[in-house]
Amino acid sequence: MKELQWEKAAGNGLLNRRHLLQLGLTGLGAAGASAAFGQDAGAILQIPEWSRMPGANASAYGERSRYAGDLQRMAGTPDPIYPGGGSSRTPLQFLQGTITPNALHFERHHAGIPDIDPAGHTLVINGLVRQPLAFSYENLLKYPMVSRINFLECSGNSGALLRGGNADGTAQSLHGLLSCAEWTGVPLSTLLDEAGVSPEARWVAAVGADAASMGRSVPIEKALDDVLVALYQNGEPIRPGQGYPVRLFCPGWEGNISVKWLTQLKLMREPAQFRDETSKYTDTMPDRSSLQFTFPMGVKSLITSPSGRMNLPRPGIYQVTGVAWSGHGAIRRVEVSADGGATWAEAEMQAEPGDKALARFTIPWEWSGGPAVLQSRAADSAGNVQPVRDEVLAARGTISFYHNNCIQSWGVDDGGAISNVYV
Amino acid sequence: MSMSRRTAAWGRILALLLCAGWLAPAGSQEARIQLGTPIDEDQLSGFDLIAAPDGSGMPPGAGTARQGRSVYELNCLRCHAVNGEGVSGNTVIAGGDMRSEELPLRTVGSYWPHASTLFDFIRRAMPADAPKTLSDDEVYQVTAYVLFLNGIVGEDESINSETLTAIAMPNGDGFVDHSHLH
Repeated sequence: MKELQWEKAAGNGLLNRRHLLQLGLTGLGAAGASAAFGQDAGAILQIPEWSRMPGANASAYGERSRYAGDLQRMAGTPDPIYPGGGSSRTPLQFLQGTITPNALHFERHHAGIPDIDPAGHTLVINGLVRQPLAFSYENLLKYPMVSRINFLECSGNSGALLRGGNADGTAQSLHGLLSCAEWTGVPLSTLLDEAGVSPEARWVAAVGADAASMGRSVPIEKALDDVLVALYQNGEPIRPGQGYPVRLFCPGWEGNISVKWLTQLKLMREPAQFRDETSKYTDTMPDRSSLQFTFPMGVKSLITSPSGRMNLPRPGIYQVTGVAWSGHGAIRRVEVSADGGATWAEAEMQAEPGDKALARFTIPWEWSGGPAVLQSRAADSAGNVQPVRDEVLAARGTISFYHNNCIQSWGVDDGGAISNVYV
Repeated sequence: MSMSRRTAAWGRILALLLCAGWLAPAGSQEARIQLGTPIDEDQLSGFDLIAAPDGSGMPPGAGTARQGRSVYELNCLRCHAVNGEGVSGNTVIAGGDMRSEELPLRTVGSYWPHASTLFDFIRRAMPADAPKTLSDDEVYQVTAYVLFLNGIVGEDESINSETLTAIAMPNGDGFVDHSHLH
């Protein structure tokens, strides 16, 4: 590589983000593959064999290249005493951009994935309404729809990191209960208007058609604002693991409240106080009081590459990249540190950040071959700034683990091995 | 273009927009799609399982802990164990103290703020391998038994929609509604 004068932006090798515009940097993802060009600048290029014969025919359903890596969710081991309960995590460290492919969108189920025939599925609106209504799937498809690109994050995501201990994991294993998709469906307000909401209704109790009939209560203000009765995800019918044929989608809020396999919406004066909004998804503070109905997911970011359990093969230039998001609005700024938070440099956003959506950031970094601690810190349009772990611990203690949005620290040792560290 | 021709052109555009329904008068109902089928609440007696703290949605029926012991032993004991001590973290349903020095054990007795949630959850989701197989009386009985295991009701106290919703749970005032921050 030619010798260039890099403009430093912060300590321990962070470079001005504008260098990205001038140079094609190879990220870590390409480091393992044998490059046709770049390893040996003097190589004589040849026409490759695949350019000398016809390729495969068009196919009914596309697959990734067999050379593109085996991208998989990480699913937990089934627990016989909790049939169908569990989660699978998105391989964040191997994805780019901001949209999660549907087959890799994280899952969290409380009683398994029901095998729903939409012809036998009904969505009921009842309770404090002028007229209780029942909607078939076929009729829901006839309503005018809207589309929104929004992240979805389980409120238990990153929870293990609050309690410390051995958290030697990957971006996927530690933070993979996070995904982002384009959700398309009927605004909930449209259906509620049709049923006629009574003035005394303050909450909407939403219930799924899974074996647990999982329920959550949504405040009426949110229900009438931006909540969707979602039918499509990234253009195709929502997959069973995401709630086929229909799910609630509450932008920016903890994942569990976007009830899958949606079958009932009951207008009520008070919350239903379901198990999953009392015993679970609540946060006990150091004074032993417990916070209930903590809905928006806090401003957060995460470096996805380089990240936990990766190895930097040699000193040199790397493209640091990651995702940022906030349940309170759009991402305004992401800063990156390579010295454990002593100095920070502003990262480049790969696209204009959307409201309550993943945003992709990137910044060039010259690794000297010595120890480093990589961190990212996001700020959102509501003025929130992502806290460090000690701030979260001081405010909330370690009894609960939901709603952790603290800064992630990836330690790089002088051999290039990367692991989660607490700083 | 003369003024009159321009006016005429705008008139044609306006007429087209009106035909297309894009400029329908405010409050007009004609363009709205309404495809929900009207139903009565009594059609939902077996469908709406929401049993709330105010007693709404609680079905008729009653049960005591003494009656609930056999229902529990048949349906719940495998995971929740003889005295509700459970077989793993998520299955512990009795005991615990929110004021303990160490990490507090959060169970039905120590943590759950509403007794109605117990009935609601058992009826909709338990037993985990065969949910919705208990009768309403059996749900009342086993609800009474779990409350009994936690020292909240006596063994022969009749639990029904009225007595259940009147129970003050030990951690009933332990929660802070955070929803105003949304």
